[in-house]
Amino acid sequence: MGERADKLKQVRLQTPVSDEDIAALEIGSVVFLDGVIYTARERVYEKILNDGETPPVDFANLSNVNFHCAPAAACNDDGSYNVGAVTATASFRFAKYLKRWFAETGARVIIGKGGMSQKHYDELFVPAGAVYLTTVGYGTGALLGRGIKHVRAVNWLDELGIAQAMWILELENFGPLLVESDIHGNSLFERNNAEINERVESLYEGLKPPALRRFGETRDKTEELI
Amino acid sequence: MKDQEQGKMIRADAIEQAANRIMSNAAIDIPEDYLSGIRAMIDTEKGDLSAFVLEAMLENWQAASEDRRPMCADSGLPRYYVKSGNEARLEGGFVELEHRLRRATAQATHDIPLRPNRVHPITRQDNNNNVGMNAPEIEYSFEPDADWIDITTVHKGGLFGSDYRMLFPGDGIDGIKRFFLDVLLAFGKRGLACQPAIVGVGLGGSKDTCMMLGKQAACLRTVGSNHPQAEVAKLEGELQELGNRTGLGAMGFKGTSTVVGCNIEVGYTHTGGMPMSVHCFCLSSRRATARLHGDGSVEYRTDPQWFTPYMRRNSVGWDGGAGAVAGAAE
Repeated sequence: MGERADKLKQVRLQTPVSDEDIAALEIGSVVFLDGVIYTARERVYEKILNDGETPPVDFANLSNVNFHCAPAAACNDDGSYNVGAVTATASFRFAKYLKRWFAETGARVIIGKGGMSQKHYDELFVPAGAVYLTTVGYGTGALLGRGIKHVRAVNWLDELGIAQAMWILELENFGPLLVESDIHGNSLFERNNAEINERVESLYEGLKPPALRRFGETRDKTEELI
Repeated sequence: MKDQEQGKMIRADAIEQAANRIMSNAAIDIPEDYLSGIRAMIDTEKGDLSAFVLEAMLENWQAASEDRRPMCADSGLPRYYVKSGNEARLEGGFVELEHRLRRATAQATHDIPLRPNRVHPITRQDNNNNVGMNAPEIEYSFEPDADWIDITTVHKGGLFGSDYRMLFPGDGIDGIKRFFLDVLLAFGKRGLACQPAIVGVGLGGSKDTCMMLGKQAACLRTVGSNHPQAEVAKLEGELQELGNRTGLGAMGFKGTSTVVGCNIEVGYTHTGGMPMSVHCFCLSSRRATARLHGDGSVEYRTDPQWFTPYMRRNSVGWDGGAGAVAGAAE
């Protein structure tokens, strides 16, 4: 890690991540993971939550860490898998599934890209005692790929394809990740956004607005934009 | 005579081999110009989190090259830009070229491996090889007095960071700056645009030309390049400076690292309009080029050299480049 990383607190965690470890996480700390995680995104959520299909694994005995990810991977002829790089996909799109996902699978740690909104932390994560770890840069795909020691299984591969299938991954020193939200719902992104937002008005100062507006600049769809 | 002609023909096998190699180069090795740009940004970045992210990316690119694994798992939508010399002759013609590029895409997707991102937009069916209807895109341009072809692949990911707007002449530079800020603030928060990005801006043309030029400006020009026309080059500098004043750094953390380079391309447009597009080529700015000659030699590079004086010509005829761009800054 570079010299700026030395200014940040570093933590190494074992999955399933214990209550004590989750409670101790501070936003802005750098995390490396050992153990087992699984990938699940829109198609897996829909199969289990909406279509009522039986999960292919027993989450309680597997892991409490859900990675919003699709790996760059290929299936070898001998049935093994070649995982090159792994990076996260933007998580905000999956908020609508998470209340039930937390309740039905016991997930407590979400790894993804971009975090969630404060509303979703307050309404979904805090009641479930869950935290959010964000991948770094979007992404350190090669570094995260190095942290995957073994692909234990790939579920629904034929039906969902490589990108949407549910991958069960065994990790060693998997990272870097950053603690984006803690169990109280504090969010690193929300804090940074608040600071950045203070300057936004001054950025536009002296620039005259365009002649033709767009929806979004007004929410009233009956209004004319000229 | 016939033998001599065939000797100058660019072989289809050579095209496929080169396409496989640039697919792998693009996915794995960060281009030098982008790397240098990011190194310079770390030196001036005061935000610790933003600087930490950039340092992690340096480590990531090194790991990718050492392990020969892709730098990012979102290996984007692989696509091609082909520049054909006017005198180039291809075995099997352009139909065979397209066949070989599609084959290389499928092969490289499995071998590197890339993520098979390409799916049907409604059924979501995945061929698992990044090939499908209208995919990969192959765009063409031409070059006078040349017998080579350049094949460039670009792997651009990102569902976030591009936008289009019809502005009007009266909106002026203010309108351009406002829309530029709008896009960076919309997609830079939380780092959804995967900045620092090479931000490409398309100005003018018709709507599709405007999108195409902006995307090509982002993906096919290097960090540190300038448009040859002084007015355009000046605006590139101003937009880069403005973009790095938003307060957004890498991942949207507080900082100054958002725009590693701003490239603008212009096209003559409707007299009543000033269409504008913005595109962000991300922390995994993946591009690689091969030049194939008729004698069988192949050269590899990371600068696509796409926008030649011929492409930017402003005259009816082509005079060899003497008056390529009116008011060109030399």
